[in-house]
Amino acid sequence: MNPSSRENDLPSRAAWPWLLFIPALATGLVCLLLLALGMSPLAIGRALGSGSLGSWLKFSHVLSVWSPLLLCSCGLLFTFRAGLWNIGIEGQVIVGAIGCTAMLRLWDGLLPPSVLLPLALAAGGLAGGLWGILAGELRNRGGVNEIFGGLGLNFVAQGLIIWLIFGPWKRAGIASMSGTDLLSPRFWLTTPPGWRVAPVALAVAVLALAVTILLLDRTRFGLHLRAVGANPGAARLFGIRPDRVSMRAMLLAGMLAGLAGSLQVTAVYHRLIPAISSGYGYLGLLVVMLANYRSPAVPLIALFFACLVTGSIQLPITLQIDSSLAGVIQGAFVLSALLVHGLRRGKD
Amino acid sequence: MIELADIHKRFGRVEALAGVSMRIRAGSVHGIVGENGAGKSTLMKILTGFISRSSGTIRYNGRPVQLRTPRDAARLGIGMLYQEPLDFPHLTVLDNFMIAAPEHDPGRLRQQLVRLADRFGFDLAPDSAVERLTVGERQQLELLRLIHRRCKVLILDEPTTGISQRQQEILFAALRALRDEGRAILLVSHKLAEVRSLCDRVTVLRGGRAVADQERPLDEDLLLRAMFGSLPRRQRAVRARDRGRPILAMDHVVSAEGRSGLHDVTLSIAEKEVVGLAGLDGSGQAVFLRIAGGLLRPDSGSVRFPGCETTAGAGGGDRQTVFLPADRLREGLIAGLSIREHLLLAGDAPFFLAPSTGRARAEKTIADYNIIGRPSTPADGLSGGNQQRLLLSLVPEPARLILLENPTRGLDVRSGAWMWRFLHQRMRDDGAIVFASPDLEEIMTQATRIMVFFNGRIILDAPTDQTEIRTVSRAITGRVPEDAGLPAA
Repeated sequence: MNPSSRENDLPSRAAWPWLLFIPALATGLVCLLLLALGMSPLAIGRALGSGSLGSWLKFSHVLSVWSPLLLCSCGLLFTFRAGLWNIGIEGQVIVGAIGCTAMLRLWDGLLPPSVLLPLALAAGGLAGGLWGILAGELRNRGGVNEIFGGLGLNFVAQGLIIWLIFGPWKRAGIASMSGTDLLSPRFWLTTPPGWRVAPVALAVAVLALAVTILLLDRTRFGLHLRAVGANPGAARLFGIRPDRVSMRAMLLAGMLAGLAGSLQVTAVYHRLIPAISSGYGYLGLLVVMLANYRSPAVPLIALFFACLVTGSIQLPITLQIDSSLAGVIQGAFVLSALLVHGLRRGKD
Repeated sequence: MIELADIHKRFGRVEALAGVSMRIRAGSVHGIVGENGAGKSTLMKILTGFISRSSGTIRYNGRPVQLRTPRDAARLGIGMLYQEPLDFPHLTVLDNFMIAAPEHDPGRLRQQLVRLADRFGFDLAPDSAVERLTVGERQQLELLRLIHRRCKVLILDEPTTGISQRQQEILFAALRALRDEGRAILLVSHKLAEVRSLCDRVTVLRGGRAVADQERPLDEDLLLRAMFGSLPRRQRAVRARDRGRPILAMDHVVSAEGRSGLHDVTLSIAEKEVVGLAGLDGSGQAVFLRIAGGLLRPDSGSVRFPGCETTAGAGGGDRQTVFLPADRLREGLIAGLSIREHLLLAGDAPFFLAPSTGRARAEKTIADYNIIGRPSTPADGLSGGNQQRLLLSLVPEPARLILLENPTRGLDVRSGAWMWRFLHQRMRDDGAIVFASPDLEEIMTQATRIMVFFNGRIILDAPTDQTEIRTVSRAITGRVPEDAGLPAA
């Protein structure tokens, strides 16, 4: 299944009524499940809503989830457009976080924080990009499908970060699952009082979204990506080199994911932890699938997912329900979307 | 044993079979011959239950039967040996043999396999992987499987394509033995030599009808005339012009791609030539065009483009050679991309594109090339003729060598005529056109030179105005003319 070949499925106006089936179906499914378990969908909905939108503090927390999630989703738009399943995005986030941390540790004291911090963010992007290139090279030169190559590299990245946390970068005194020592506050992206999100992180994500949309829809590069994704053989007849184009897509996706990793380190956790990626890479895959691989809906869906993630944090305390409910809801939406699109294609 | 009466099959407006009747007897080898599009494959698919007929009756041992699915056919004991063996390459010979067997008993089946193979002189090791076998050996395995399934009617589709002479002899001996056991064998072929050596009876299909029916001894001339009919000698659209300098030179080019591969092709195509490639589908024309177009690399031999700045690398980076594939939407155009976007891909688009970039040029192209569509129409929303015109409009100005595969496929007469007028006008003095076509008339009227492919070789290469259609049709069936102007190879 080639995601970009579906591109011309949806935009037609006649398709809009179909889209309404997706939330209806998903909500219906989740409600049925909750009722079957003896829980009140209404109470849970209210809890999720107030937990994410109830106050600026809460909403700014949502935005701190939204920023890295949006970065990952933007990166995936490039790879999906080129017909690639960049499962390795998760590892690219992790390696980005490592790259950023490494830069901060290595050059601490050599450069003023105002110079080093941007450099470290960029280093994270670069590291993620290289990790993406690695999956791309495995595919182009080694004949390893990017799904398997990416999955393998995810495990390598996970191993790498755990080794660093328990080995070379372990806490003074004792290694701990809770991560490395906190970074010096000089390297924290500033979070204003009463906020949970660093404005810089937010700006980086919004900027990345703008650049992504511009590159995809308004440049020759975007056109080449679509051509390669839809028909690599024919693209070759146009003098396009599909392997190069897909490599650039992998690079861009990896860079955006790496940047997300940088933000996780400098804006959210302020240290390296084993779960530094928070699963945003995989979650980004769901966001882009739910958006039918197109950019317009991505920021909104990412925001919705961020609300679910944030809103569910309080669930165990207020309603004695595990916060993994957010994942159930997200899964229900994506499955509904795939089902509705699949049925519609079948009907055509 | 099997009796077909007035079988019709319509695909939309096209009538693939227009009332075919024939009798296939037990204990005989029945040949079915005909050129491309005569209806051979459609008839086979009906007999094996892959498609159902539009009308007509099929009797099996006197009883009318339905044959709605391949299962129905299998139950009646009708089995087919396909051109591409339908096996499981990663499994072993024995595994493949066992797959269709009703019981799972490896020990016994191994014995049966060895016994059957011995009987026909096949050399098949039960434990070797099928992907290591040659096409001929895979065919033998498939045949054993069908025999083991007690098939009473065996259908073989061009079984000798891609197998060695020795394997062919073994196969024919096996087929004769099977015939003598009382099975009916249906041999679809375009090779008159093997039809003559093997068949007891031959039916010629042409344009969806059975136009001739012969019993042994076969009259080859009569068969040829029935297969190809007599083409009206039309006014030539193109006269052989003075040949210019060579533009494409192949030297001992060999490829294993495709059904028949390409064997030791040495030739030179010169400026101002229009070369028509004839031959049954899969005789090597497609591979030839893709090697010339730089989409395939030959296994050995060299391809040169004298006078061109660069040689065609993989990816068609050389814009002086263009290839227009037969399956336009699958290989040439990009579904989902609009006319405007195709032109942007083909031209020198700026890095930043506004929705208006290239729209004026697209509108001009649409007018110049008679394309029915708007700049925003996606390629997959165009009809066949319009897709072909869009492809033509994408041919870059400096292109000298234009390679086309079945250029009029799916085009109505007017679109086809427009395309050829355009191609002849567009052809540069230092350029050449090479096209493959299943339509002999198209080749004889549009080309200055004809090359006939047979089993991966060029067995006839001559100027069209000095070639008889009879000679060409004999060459298509594998008869090398004594006086043919073969290249000195």
